Amino acid sequence: MLTIAGTEFSSRLFLGTGKFSSSAVMAEAIEASQCQMITVALRRVDLENPDDDIMSTLGKREYTFLPNTSGARDAKEAIRLAKLARAASGTSWLKLEVTPDPRTLLPDPVETLIATEELVKEGFIVLPYMNADPILALKLQDVGAAAVMPLGSPIGTNQGVLTEAMIEIIIEQAHVPVVVDAGIGAPSHAAYAMEMGADAVLVNTAISVAGDPVVMAAAFAKAVEAGRSAFEAGLGQSVKQASASSPESGKLSTDLGFLA
Amino acid sequence: MFHAPDFTQLSAQISATTQEDVEQALASSHLSTDNLAALLSSAAEPYLQQMAQNASTITQTRFGRTTQLYAPIYLSNYCTNRCAYCGFSADNIFKRKCLTLDEAEKEAMILHDRGFQHILLVSGEAENAVDVEYMEAIARRLRDKFAAVSIEIQPMSTEDYHRLFLAGITAVAVYQETYDRDLYKTVHLSGKKSDYDYRLETPARAAESGMREVGIGALLGLADWRAEGLAIGYHLAWLRKKFWSTSFTVSFPRMRPAAGEFEPLQIVSEQNLSQLIFALRLFDQDVGLIVSTREEARYRDGMLGLGPTRYSAGSCTAPGGYSDSSHEGEQFSVGDHRSLEEVCAAIRAKGFDPVYKDWDSEFQAESL
Repeated sequence: MLTIAGTEFSSRLFLGTGKFSSSAVMAEAIEASQCQMITVALRRVDLENPDDDIMSTLGKREYTFLPNTSGARDAKEAIRLAKLARAASGTSWLKLEVTPDPRTLLPDPVETLIATEELVKEGFIVLPYMNADPILALKLQDVGAAAVMPLGSPIGTNQGVLTEAMIEIIIEQAHVPVVVDAGIGAPSHAAYAMEMGADAVLVNTAISVAGDPVVMAAAFAKAVEAGRSAFEAGLGQSVKQASASSPESGKLSTDLGFLA
Repeated sequence: MFHAPDFTQLSAQISATTQEDVEQALASSHLSTDNLAALLSSAAEPYLQQMAQNASTITQTRFGRTTQLYAPIYLSNYCTNRCAYCGFSADNIFKRKCLTLDEAEKEAMILHDRGFQHILLVSGEAENAVDVEYMEAIARRLRDKFAAVSIEIQPMSTEDYHRLFLAGITAVAVYQETYDRDLYKTVHLSGKKSDYDYRLETPARAAESGMREVGIGALLGLADWRAEGLAIGYHLAWLRKKFWSTSFTVSFPRMRPAAGEFEPLQIVSEQNLSQLIFALRLFDQDVGLIVSTREEARYRDGMLGLGPTRYSAGSCTAPGGYSDSSHEGEQFSVGDHRSLEEVCAAIRAKGFDPVYKDWDSEFQAESL
């Protein structure tokens, strides 16, 4: 069972909500994904409006609502938005996104660290979206991040886990959960991240823009589960060359008796 | 500053491209301005279907199955410029109107009650009617009622744009009308707008002032649309490099019947417009592409998801036109007369989600 800030999650698939063709399709996809953590961009919803399309659709099921600060250019903007979100929704959970470049939406490491520290002090449960930088992951953890969310590849690109060498180090070093976020474009990518030992993955574009988002959501649920099981079962080591069971041909020429 | 390439050279660059160049452009994942030139050329016309498919995939991957919506509010049709093509031109004789702050707020609240969260404040270019203080006062009145408030008014200084940004304005749109320097002179007969370079430098001033989004574009129907498209590409690429934290949009106003007797100098067909939109989408995967109610409903519905990311809806282009339907003094007559509900129904029928809110006034709350 995945535990973040004392809350248990039986599903290790988190969902983003921004790109669905309708709230009805989004609701069906969420159902099919069985996910229990749903992130919503604060810029897209009106938390004070009870008829808000996305919020009223989400309100019908049980899940952890993870508002995100998408669009914030610096720590100040993100903090302000987070406080307003908490005041309007009552939740302290926050996916912190500080993305000053609206084109790549890559996270700003400096401002993310500043905002995380401040928001943790203010009592937020902060899950920062970050580049796959192991030292930054440690620093975010040190200032109280409840989990870290390194990107697999640039957001919306469906390129998979291109940052795997760094994510491996983050997984090895972190004591908070590691959620691979952004770039997961196919169930196989999600399974791969889970096999590496990621605690969860967050998916949006690959599901919302799929030919059939509901079927794709179910496919991701299976992939995440399979990847996790494989990680827990212990994957066999992969080796570059085939190893012969009696390596006569490669026998070393030596005088050492114990190698003879 | 941005130096617009010579317009005749742009046309020459485009007409020199071959079908091989088009195929190479279609196979590239990061397009150069040479690639853009190929996609804008007549050699690309047989590839329109493939361009549409690629543009559609990119648009939906980057922006989702969504279409953003906004509506314009015309504040004033006073104008000190004499522009040969424009209904607001100082030469045209009709009853001019500039909304008072109360009237502007009333117009805005009509749109607000219809469900709009993003409005675009538009005016003719007359500083004695619409100046920075007037815009500041309107912005402060509207900032808490809308998620985003953009402006399309006369070019301003960086300082004035910054004042408006602090007052809650999110975005600035300013179109070059034509990047053809010679033609620019002949259609902008007098007034501040006749200064080509001052206008060309305006998007950079707006970005420098802190505005979150800056819109550029050309009025289609004046000069060679292919060369305008390439000039936009160069301008956009330059702005991207210099202002990496600003969002950019491109609009494609195609000449509509307007007051005065000006006939378009170039005919730009719906197919031409589509090629331009697809080419720019392939050139810049993240730029917002705006198609207004100048275009007809049939065309706008057909283009959903293929490149455009934002539509206006239920628009009236005369000051006070939402409050008083007997208005006169429109900038141009619209091509899509549907209400917001009707546009949304068409968007949903095509399998897209109409998005009213994609910003939050709280991002700029600190500046209150």
